[in-house]
Order: sequence, then structure tokens, then C-alpha cells
Amino acid sequence: MSVALPLRPPAHQASPRAVHWWRLRAGLLLVVLGGPQVVLWWLIGAGWLGWTALVTAGLVAGYGLVVPPLLYRIHRWEVTDQAVYTLSGWLVREWRIAPISRVQTVDTEHGPLQQLLGLGSVTVTTASARGAVKITGLAAADAAELARTLTETTQATAGDAT
Amino acid sequence: MTADATVAPEDAVPWRRLDWRMLFVGPIGGLIRLAPVVAVLLVTGRPGDIGRFWVAIAIGVLVVLGGVLRWRTTRYRITPERVELHTGWLRRQRRSVPRDRIRTVDLTARPIARLFGLTVVQVSSASGAMLEKSGLSLDSVSKAEADRLRRELLDRSAFDSALPAPDAAVAQGVQLARLDWSWLRFAPLTFSSIAGIGAVGAAVFNLVDDFGIDPRDIGAVDAATDQLQAAPVWLALLVVGVVLLVIAALGAMVLFAERWYDYRLTREADGTLRVKRGLLTRRSLSVSEERLRGAEIAEPILLRAGRGGQCRALSTGISRDAQGGALQPPVPRAEAHRVASVALHEAPSMITQAPLRRHPRAAMGRRFSRALVPTAVLVAGAFLLGYAVPALGWAGPASLVLLPIAAALAFDRYRNLGHRLTARYLVTRQGSLVRSTVALQRTGVIGWTFRQSPFQRRAGLVVAEAFTAAGQSGYSVLDVGAVDAVALADAATPHLLTPFVDNDVLAVPGPGKQP
Repeated sequence: MSVALPLRPPAHQASPRAVHWWRLRAGLLLVVLGGPQVVLWWLIGAGWLGWTALVTAGLVAGYGLVVPPLLYRIHRWEVTDQAVYTLSGWLVREWRIAPISRVQTVDTEHGPLQQLLGLGSVTVTTASARGAVKITGLAAADAAELARTLTETTQATAGDAT
Repeated sequence: MTADATVAPEDAVPWRRLDWRMLFVGPIGGLIRLAPVVAVLLVTGRPGDIGRFWVAIAIGVLVVLGGVLRWRTTRYRITPERVELHTGWLRRQRRSVPRDRIRTVDLTARPIARLFGLTVVQVSSASGAMLEKSGLSLDSVSKAEADRLRRELLDRSAFDSALPAPDAAVAQGVQLARLDWSWLRFAPLTFSSIAGIGAVGAAVFNLVDDFGIDPRDIGAVDAATDQLQAAPVWLALLVVGVVLLVIAALGAMVLFAERWYDYRLTREADGTLRVKRGLLTRRSLSVSEERLRGAEIAEPILLRAGRGGQCRALSTGISRDAQGGALQPPVPRAEAHRVASVALHEAPSMITQAPLRRHPRAAMGRRFSRALVPTAVLVAGAFLLGYAVPALGWAGPASLVLLPIAAALAFDRYRNLGHRLTARYLVTRQGSLVRSTVALQRTGVIGWTFRQSPFQRRAGLVVAEAFTAAGQSGYSVLDVGAVDAVALADAATPHLLTPFVDNDVLAVPGPGKQP
């Protein structure tokens, strides 16, 4: 009796370059997980380490091939005069909605990988410690523009947002 | 006094120091804590060696100097806009909290401080911006100053001139609840009873140890140990178990009495709820009522079995050590609901005792799979262990007992699931080991999240979490039907979700519209 959540997906997608960003992150994960195994294999020479390294590489490569395009299809965001709305997650889906009137801070973030690809993230924080909404994988210029408009909109709203 | 403050310009407000009597409290507390070290220093070492005395004296002097330094370098003031605290000598710290962000004021007087008439004032504010530390503490000021601060800091009329200043005649406040010693029966049913074992055990051991007695030297203890060793194992276990239980129950009652002696819940004229309690350590927690976002009835499983519960305030900025904003000790369930009702000015049926909507059958399946699958893995592990190590052959069969327990918990968890939208509150209930019924003000909801795993997607369920600035920041409605979840959120916070709702699915005015 699979019932879909009766929410339409948010309007905008991430930047197409975000796929590369997610792939690069998978690559980093491969280095972090597989690297020590290979080094140990080389140092100790235990054969099974070679096999686990191979399996790790296979799994991460599979993830890197399949999941990033999936994420690109799923990840969506939208900002209206009233609310910030995002949808994320390929395995566990997450829909987040925060009212603009309760936004306290707007942060932009450019990690090293994101800078390389000209990407940025915007995090919108409310008075709730758990209620932050993060829009990832935006083109850097779009992220800056979005942060600017969001800051303007929220500054126009009075109150301490709790 | 607040009138003066509002007239005075920002810089004209004089700085104040902590009470000078803290000079005694700090060193005495420090010395008591350092006493073992000093004692060891004095007792060990060769006789005639004078050096150790100097070390002991030096420690004492350092502690006193530290106190003087802290007193000299700490100052605070309350301006019309902010509370400011400057501390530190080499590393100066300046903390400033906007007054309109202050949510709770917590007064604590530990035994030594009480001897000198002192109190620690903890001011908590809404989390606000990340860089702004949420709150500050004044350690310590005189009792009269603490009471003055409490009134001044939570007095809305100070910065909201539309409100009338509190009338001195009604400044006493209205009593909403007070301690009933028959509630002592709930003390052993709380988790603090385990702490009770530790407390009593440590106290007894310390006492015995202080007098330099080995418990085995006491005839009765020695004889009892011998008899226990002679008795069959099950009897010995039974006796030890019963003794531990009695100790736990007694310890819990002692802790209860210490914590909740002279408990009073009052509504003060300045619009705050105030909890006063404590035998040795006196505490007073004041929660600004306009910052109250709801109430929670917490029922740990033993307490629930004894038909008891505890009401907690959901407010922004309740400090961690304020026991999660407990408004009362463990009490009969009806009393917990009554306190929630008077605190929130709502009928119980509109908040924590609202008739709840059950969650779909599929939610029961998920409770069972989530409880039974990990347990089955554990059981399988135990059997494997039994085969691998013959001496542990009993582990497998013994672990089978976990399965019915897990199943019972799963069923209870499903039975407890429920939610309801009333006129002004969102009520949600979940949990078995600790059943929690939360009534959250609909206007206090500042965002929603819906989360759906592949399993939930197949079952058509979703977890809806309402975000708020108060309490645990988010309260979830667990495993509710996907359509119902969106309808619920849409009805609870009008207009927020509406532009995103897929109207084809949600066209029928069904689950969302409730009386």
C-alpha cells in the first residue's frame, strides 16, 4: 500500500557540477577506507587484506557510479517568501521546511572540494537546534545570491524568532 | 529600582561585585575537596619533616588567593538592554546577554553557601546566534540580591512598558502545588533509585572507611558472609538481591527527600512559574511563562506501572542541570496532568490528556521488526558463542528469554503511539521504557521534517518531526501515515506547508480537520 508523501518536490535542482562533487567525496572515502588496507597489505603481506581492499574499492566505486546521479535527481530546494523547503537523501528521504519568519542566521560554506568545483552550500538556522535547513551543491554564485536575498528577507522580519 | 535603570543611560549603570562572603565559601569548599590530599600529605612522610606542612599551608593560601582574585576581577551589571558579566584576570572574559532573550533564572544554594546566606544565580537565554553563549552564572551573590535579580531579570514590564508593573500586594504569587509526603512512594520507581544504591553504598563505605574499619571485622557482617557462602547459590543471590533492592529503595527515598523537601510550585505576579525545593541544597527555578512552549508528561516504565508520572516544562533555555525543567517530583499521574493543565492554562483534554489518534497497523509491524531483528541477532550470537565455548552452553537457551521481552516492548511501544491536534496544541506520545506525552504549542513550531526510510516508504509511513526552540528542539510523531502526517503538519502550522502540498492527494478535508 505504498503511499507517497503528498508534498510536491521543491522547484530547483542542485548544480549539475554537484554530481562531480559527490563523486569526488566518494573518491576521498575510498582513499580513507582503502588506503590503510593497501598500505597494511603491502607492509604485512597478508593476502586477505588485498581482498578486503578490493571489495572496499568495488563497493565505493559502485556507490560513486550509481548514487551521485540519483542524488542529483532527488536533491531539490526551493525558497519562497514564506518558507525554505528542501528534499534530500537517496536511501532515507528527508523533507525539511522552515518558515522564513523564524530564520535566525544564514551561512554560506565553501569547502575545499566545493571551491575546486565552484560550488557552495547555504545553511539556514532557526531558533531550534535541530531545525537547520541546508541547501548543498549550489553553484557558488547562486549560493551567494541566495544567501543575500535570504538575509534581506529575514532582516525585514521583526522579532527574536523563537 | 527597574524604573531607575530604564531612565539611566547605558553607561551610567554601576558595576556590582559578587557578595564578599563568597570569599569564605570558595576556600571552604576547596579545602573540603582538597582535604584528602592534605591529609595524605600530613600523614605520610617522615616524622620531623617540616616541608609537608608548608606544602599543606601553601595549598590553603593558593585556594584563598584564588578566591580573592576571582572576587576582585568579577563584576556584573544589569543595563536596560543587557546583563553583562566580566570575569578573569589574565584571560578576561566578557559575557553579555540581551535581557529580552532571558528565559529562565535558576537559583541554587548549596549547603556551605547557605550557611553564609549565598546563592548561585544561573541565567539562561534562548540559544540565539551561534556565537552568543546561552546564559551566564553569578557565583555567588547574597540571597536578597538573588531574589532581586530573579524578579528584575524576568520582569517583562522592565522592557515592555505596555505591561503594568507588578503590584506589591500580589507579589507573593499563587501556589499551584506543594509537596505531599505520600509521593515518597514513587521515589523507588524512578531511575534515581539506581543512583540511590551508589549514594547509600558510597556513604556507608566512606563512613566505615573513615573510622578505619574493615567490614569483615564487624561480627554480624562476618557471620552473614559465612552463612551466605554456606547457603545454596540461588538463596545467596536472592538475599543479596533483596538487600540491594532495599538499599536502592531507601537511597531513592533519601535522594527524593533531599531534592524535593519543601517543594512548591507557584505562579508569581511577574508572570513566571517558580519551582522551589531542596533540603540541603535549596533550588529555585523560574520559567518565564510567555516563553513556555508546552509541557511533557514523562513516565519511566516503573513509574508508569505505579500509575505515576512527572510534568516538565518545555521552555527555551532550560539549563541541563535544571533536571529538564521538571515542574514537580514523581507524582500520581492525575496530579502530573493537573500541573500541566494549570501551568499551561488549558483543560487537560486539550493538552496531555487529549484523546489520541492511533497510528496505522503498519506502525505495529515496524515496532516489532525493529525490536525483534536486533534481538534475534543477539540470540543467534549467544547460540554461536555457546557452540564455540562449551562452558557457555547455557548462553543460547538463556538468551531466548529476550525474545518475549522484546515482543512485549514492541507491542507496548505501538500501543503508546498516538497524536492529536487540539485548538492550540500538538499532542504526541511515544516510548515504552520512558513513555513521553508532549503537548507543544502550535505557535511554538518553527519548522517540520518528514523522514522516510525505504521500509517506511513501502509501508506508507513517515516520521514527522516538529521543530521548536524549547526543550529537546524537536518532537516527533513516529510512524504516522504519509498522508496524515502532511495533513497534520499543514493543519498545525497554517499556510507554512500549503504551497508545497500536492492537492490532488490531499483534496479531501479528512484527517487534518479535527474538532
